[in-house]
Amino acid sequence: MNFKKLTIASVAILSLALTACESSEEKGASNNAKVEKQTLTNVSYDPTRELYANYNVAFAKHWKEKTGKDVEITQSHGGSGKQALEVANGLEADVVTLALEFDVNAVRDAGLIEDGWVKEFPLNSSPYTSTIVFLVRKGNPKNLKDWGDLVKPGIGIITPNPKTSGGARWNYLAAWAWAENQYNGDQEKAKDFVKKLYGNVLVLASGARGSTTTFIENGQGDVLLSWENEAFLALKDYPNDYEIVIPSISILAEPSVAIVDKVVDKRGTRELATEYLNYLYSDEGQHIAAKNHYRPSNKEILAQYKEFDPNVNLFSIERFGGWDKAQKTHFSNGGIFDQIYEKK
Amino acid sequence: MSKAISKERQAVALKESKGSKAVKWTLIGISFAFIFLMLILPLITVITEAFKQGFAVYSKAIADNYTVKAILLTLEATFFAVVINTIFGLCAAWSITKFKFKGKKILATLIDLPVTVSPIIAGLIFLLTFGRQSPIFPLLQDWDIKIVFAVPGIVLATIFVTFPFISRELIPVLESQGTDEEEAAALMGAKGFTIFRRVTFPHIKWAFLYGVVLCAARAMGEFGAVSVISGHLRGKTNTLPLHVEILFNEFQYVPAFAVASILVMLAILILVARSLIEHKGRKKG
Amino acid sequence: MKRNSVVIPGFGLTTGVTLAILSVVVLIPLASLVVFSAQMSASEIIDVITRPRVLSSFKVSFFTAFIASLINAVMGVILAWVLVRYTFPLKRLVDGTIELPFALPTAVAGIALTALTADTGLIGGFFAKFGIKIAFTQVGITVALVFIGIPFVVRAVQPVLEKLDPAYEEAAGVLGASRATIFWKIILPELKPAIFTGFGLAFGRCLGEYGSVVFIAGNQPFETEIAPLIIMSELQEYDYASATTIALVMLVASFATLFLVNLAQARNSKILKGGR
Repeated sequence: MNFKKLTIASVAILSLALTACESSEEKGASNNAKVEKQTLTNVSYDPTRELYANYNVAFAKHWKEKTGKDVEITQSHGGSGKQALEVANGLEADVVTLALEFDVNAVRDAGLIEDGWVKEFPLNSSPYTSTIVFLVRKGNPKNLKDWGDLVKPGIGIITPNPKTSGGARWNYLAAWAWAENQYNGDQEKAKDFVKKLYGNVLVLASGARGSTTTFIENGQGDVLLSWENEAFLALKDYPNDYEIVIPSISILAEPSVAIVDKVVDKRGTRELATEYLNYLYSDEGQHIAAKNHYRPSNKEILAQYKEFDPNVNLFSIERFGGWDKAQKTHFSNGGIFDQIYEKK
Repeated sequence: MSKAISKERQAVALKESKGSKAVKWTLIGISFAFIFLMLILPLITVITEAFKQGFAVYSKAIADNYTVKAILLTLEATFFAVVINTIFGLCAAWSITKFKFKGKKILATLIDLPVTVSPIIAGLIFLLTFGRQSPIFPLLQDWDIKIVFAVPGIVLATIFVTFPFISRELIPVLESQGTDEEEAAALMGAKGFTIFRRVTFPHIKWAFLYGVVLCAARAMGEFGAVSVISGHLRGKTNTLPLHVEILFNEFQYVPAFAVASILVMLAILILVARSLIEHKGRKKG
Repeated sequence: MKRNSVVIPGFGLTTGVTLAILSVVVLIPLASLVVFSAQMSASEIIDVITRPRVLSSFKVSFFTAFIASLINAVMGVILAWVLVRYTFPLKRLVDGTIELPFALPTAVAGIALTALTADTGLIGGFFAKFGIKIAFTQVGITVALVFIGIPFVVRAVQPVLEKLDPAYEEAAGVLGASRATIFWKIILPELKPAIFTGFGLAFGRCLGEYGSVVFIAGNQPFETEIAPLIIMSELQEYDYASATTIALVMLVASFATLFLVNLAQARNSKILKGGR
């Protein structure tokens, strides 16, 4: 009995080694011989799941019409920073569609994306934008209208951890900008405000989706600082339980898309990847973005969707001197975010 | 003589049984409460959530293409983990218990180490060894071998987290059995493999099967380590537990719990197998 | 080796295979972690691990793991005792569920426990009436860790209890010792190494647990942020050096725990042998 087992085991090990070789060969073959069916890997971040699920279907149809070839698109989603890191570490992505420029820069720094990627596609390579809003329980029982209301005692805030979530950094910076305006640019007061705000945070989830779950499924807190598109999604699922509050000032979040040059050159998919990202700017791509509650960068299409409040006062990351600077001042180790927690 | 002891024991037990009945049922009560609250209730939660919207939604979630692929990948990783760990467990247990050599204690500790290494670290070390940071990364690229963010990486991480499960079951049994029988067999001229098959294996059969079952259980459920190294490519490097997380993150709570319930059922299946094995093992051993 | 009976064959083969697989799966990957953090100077390393947030996450991790393992040690002994010494209905079922935490994916466990212990959940709702919060506090983390660690103690204590020579107990009983005295003076000392083994394994496992804890913890810096989460967040900041350094500290801790455990186990196996 035992002899059999060992034989089986050794055969299995051999087959493991063989399949490993085979599968890599197969891949090589599929690149050369079977050109008809192409594959593309899009590494994205958490809240774009629904967007790309829809977009990939539309794009596959478009690509078939244009070139007569089938394309199979593999998606990967997760926290934006983590996704960037995995691409930098060897995850073979043809394109990245991440939450912020800073994360794409991390892939660039690994030598995978060429310098100047921001100018490769229109509008700083961000085909759609979003912003940060408040999601509150129906009827807004705590009467939360603006950032200033969030620091009142007894308010429970849910937001992800800026250290681990791209979206949470936008939240934090939006609050900071409001305070800066409020206190005429007094940095100490702004810091104090943000500190108070995070003092009211009940659960600091590691990702945007985690905090939405905490707020909705586990019923924690009075207000969720959320991506606009996430808030709309929650509203769609639970129209009677929540409402959206748009603060007087918020941040213009510009998610970035880029081609991973090293990978597309190796796999021979540059043409496909370029078209994939370009098509996001087409009318159809823009409509798909809007239907998934992202603000299309095409102003005419944006105007067709009434749900996006055009009057909201949005500022861009340039206000903080760009991502590299904002990251360093606020979120690096020992940065302001660490300080507001340490001075407790 | 042993009969006499057991009779005496019965007498003692009888004498004490009245006084300790209260203790007995209190302890049993505590145990039941604990098991129910900590172990059964979470299970029930998963199952009820899974069927919240009826059987149709449930079966649709299970039959989903990505779910099926995730199941296959999980089974594949589990299979390799069990096979490799079996070979390793048998060799390690033999080497550690039948011979004396320097550094044995360190060796035993090293084998156990993966149990207490954080799954995050388990994933991280494979990233460092085979990822872009690694000196062998260019070599792997030239040969077009993918390890991290591909199936081999997932298999490696799974082997790592279940590493000591089989050897841990075997070592105590072999240790208490001693080396006399094998020595006798060897002196009579039996070959190594024959000794193992005829003399040793019958002793460790049940412990061995138990180890295999535990190893399979843990391999199926591993989340942290695989999560670090998988890359979350849908339909390609997504194991069942990762798929649960993905569905959960897509606000598809019912499908998420439905897929989780597959894992729960696999777990229950494994536990039934375990309890059968132990039952048989007790009877024979 | 020379002292030993070389009569039993297979030393070279089995030890060779053991070391080979051990090297590929455990040693080389772990070594790469050490090599990576060796690129930092000692002062840099100290700098990383004495950051207040890192320190406090160590504190949270060690504290909750310790408390959870203590609870597990007590509950584990009770469960093992009940399973070995008593017969009662549904005994096989109870015995079978002990391994559930091994078999249930940690993420699923985390999600289910959070749903139960949040103040909208069944258990959480009950405790919320008394103003006790479970999920998103250190209590919640401890609950998850108790779940993760329980099989370790039960399965370490159970076999020893089974093999324990009843002669001493009986003798003491005949001599008129009360059951409590018998337990404290005779049984417990024999169980100690096994309890310690179980405690140590559970502790080591809890220290590193991630999957179930992130769901239930709330992840507040200085309160419910565990060390593995810090490693994750350092990784997301592309700070490999810090991540590996913190990982190294945890690795040393788990190695030390295990070494102590194995010392205890050596004594344990003596009892197991003696019991036969």
